[in-house]
Amino acid sequence: MLTFISKRILEAIPTLLILITVSFFLMHSAPGSPFTSERALPPEVLANINAKYHLDEPVINQYFYYLGGLLQGDLGPSFRYKDFTINELIAQSFPVSAEIGIWSFLVALLIGVGCGIIAALRQNSWLDYSVMGFANLGIVLPNFVLAPLCILFFSIYNHWLPPGGWNGGAWPYLVMPVIAMSTSYIAQIARITRGSMIETMHSNFIRTARAKGLPKYRIIFQHALRPAMLPVVSYLGPAFVGIVTGSVIVDVYFGTGGIGQHFINGALNRDYSMVMGVTILVGTLTILFNAIVDILYAVIDPKIRY
Amino acid sequence: MITTKDKIQAVEQFAEKVVEVEGRSLWQDARRRFFSNHAAVTSLIILLLITAIALLGPFFSQWNYDDIDWEALSDISTLGRPNIENSHYFGTDTLGRDIFVRTMQGGQISLLVGIMGSVVAIVIGTLYGAASGYIGGRVDSVMMRFLEILNSFPFMFFVIILMTLFGRHIFLIFVAIGAISWLDMARIVRGQTLSLKNKEYIEAAYACGVSTPKIILRHIVPNVLGIVVVYATLLVPNMILLESFISFLGLGVQEPMTSWGALISEGAQNMEIAIWQLAWPLGFLVVTLFCFNFLGDGLRDALDPKDR
Repeated sequence: MLTFISKRILEAIPTLLILITVSFFLMHSAPGSPFTSERALPPEVLANINAKYHLDEPVINQYFYYLGGLLQGDLGPSFRYKDFTINELIAQSFPVSAEIGIWSFLVALLIGVGCGIIAALRQNSWLDYSVMGFANLGIVLPNFVLAPLCILFFSIYNHWLPPGGWNGGAWPYLVMPVIAMSTSYIAQIARITRGSMIETMHSNFIRTARAKGLPKYRIIFQHALRPAMLPVVSYLGPAFVGIVTGSVIVDVYFGTGGIGQHFINGALNRDYSMVMGVTILVGTLTILFNAIVDILYAVIDPKIRY
Repeated sequence: MITTKDKIQAVEQFAEKVVEVEGRSLWQDARRRFFSNHAAVTSLIILLLITAIALLGPFFSQWNYDDIDWEALSDISTLGRPNIENSHYFGTDTLGRDIFVRTMQGGQISLLVGIMGSVVAIVIGTLYGAASGYIGGRVDSVMMRFLEILNSFPFMFFVIILMTLFGRHIFLIFVAIGAISWLDMARIVRGQTLSLKNKEYIEAAYACGVSTPKIILRHIVPNVLGIVVVYATLLVPNMILLESFISFLGLGVQEPMTSWGALISEGAQNMEIAIWQLAWPLGFLVVTLFCFNFLGDGLRDALDPKDR
């Protein structure tokens, strides 16, 4: 197991390097620069600023400057937000997204797995259809629709919840972002759980357990649930990264100030270091959680050995 | 054996009536199963209807998708309401343009992006997955590693970079979306190929000296087609959603053309005074996505060899 973990870490380094390189050159090959704006700067000032950030040098030099900074844990200054480094901006916005994300993840996991199990145990009954219909609603109602509908319902018609803001993460400010974030994940998790649960319930060892006369709840929770969770776990790894790194929709509608908006705005404004910073964060988390999923696999399924 | 003549005759007569039993192919079986699934067939019919409306609907309105009704423009919240008399069946948007025609035009774009994006993803994904699985060995591990790297990219990044690099063009949207959506497809096809690879007919083809590209195209690809079709129908709604999301960010189709996503994002801004601007495109989008999901489930039940 230890050798497997260290092997995964060693493998992650070249993957991350490729990720950084490709996104760096892609970003820099896009036309425009962070300082092109409607109110043009005097050319001398622009030249000074470009020289300060090495933007007047060839891209390859900029790349090595960036890598050098990165090795010291410095993601560089933001080209858009004055007086902020990317480290500061990420340190400010990532906890917000992570808090929304972790709550959404827990909600999605509980409701999704619950719906999936219920639907699988009552396959092709009205309960199955209504539960899965409800879960499918999460797929067909994208969060950029759900978010305004939530505001319309909870804040404008009923005045139950504040329409936006963060306020340090007090729960009234959390409810709508969590609803908007979790629905599509609920739907996916429910679908996967249902499918694999049906398959597991048809397998031989469940028949044996039934023949031995075990009570139903023990069959479900002690025998069926563990193998049925395998495909769910492999979905949860990437999903967790997606959910924790936030969504631009949630940030825009609810004004929560998470990390999602920074990425989109950074790309649109050519804030090179911001896009790079978020890319590296997401990439690292993705690789990390894929490795965690592999380890969880071995924990759940004793047939898998490393 | 003692038998009478009339018994033999009876048997012969019976034998004449028996028609030769025809073998049923996988696809015939699948078709039969599919058509007995009411939800899937209904979805298919609704989808065909929506496509027909999206294509033909604009001919039944006096407005064009970029026509501005100056009369309605003066007061959208009352004159812009859905109204049969001035032939704004679904109302108008804030610029006085007819929502009915714009929803239909947006539908054409959304469906086109959904289908074309899936085609791109299927072609790349199937060929990549089949080649990787069939050739195997070092080639396979390099190809899979490449896939893993691509997978760890935040992939909205790709779309946004492509949009900013090459400008906003409708053709580019689905190439971009398709080019990033083939990863799962490739992985699924590879898995299938690995199990097909050792079948006798592949061995036979190999023994006859059929070249590798030909084995992949003629023997592997047709046999993974079932799972590809299922996955493709589930891919289309994702593509439509992705396009909506891109349009929502303002990176999608360019005005005055529109798509369901763009219409929804415009509608969401005015939902307090003119809910119809949100309701109609949203209704069409939701129904279409629902139908594609049911259709995909139906096809999976029909084609999945595990359930037999």
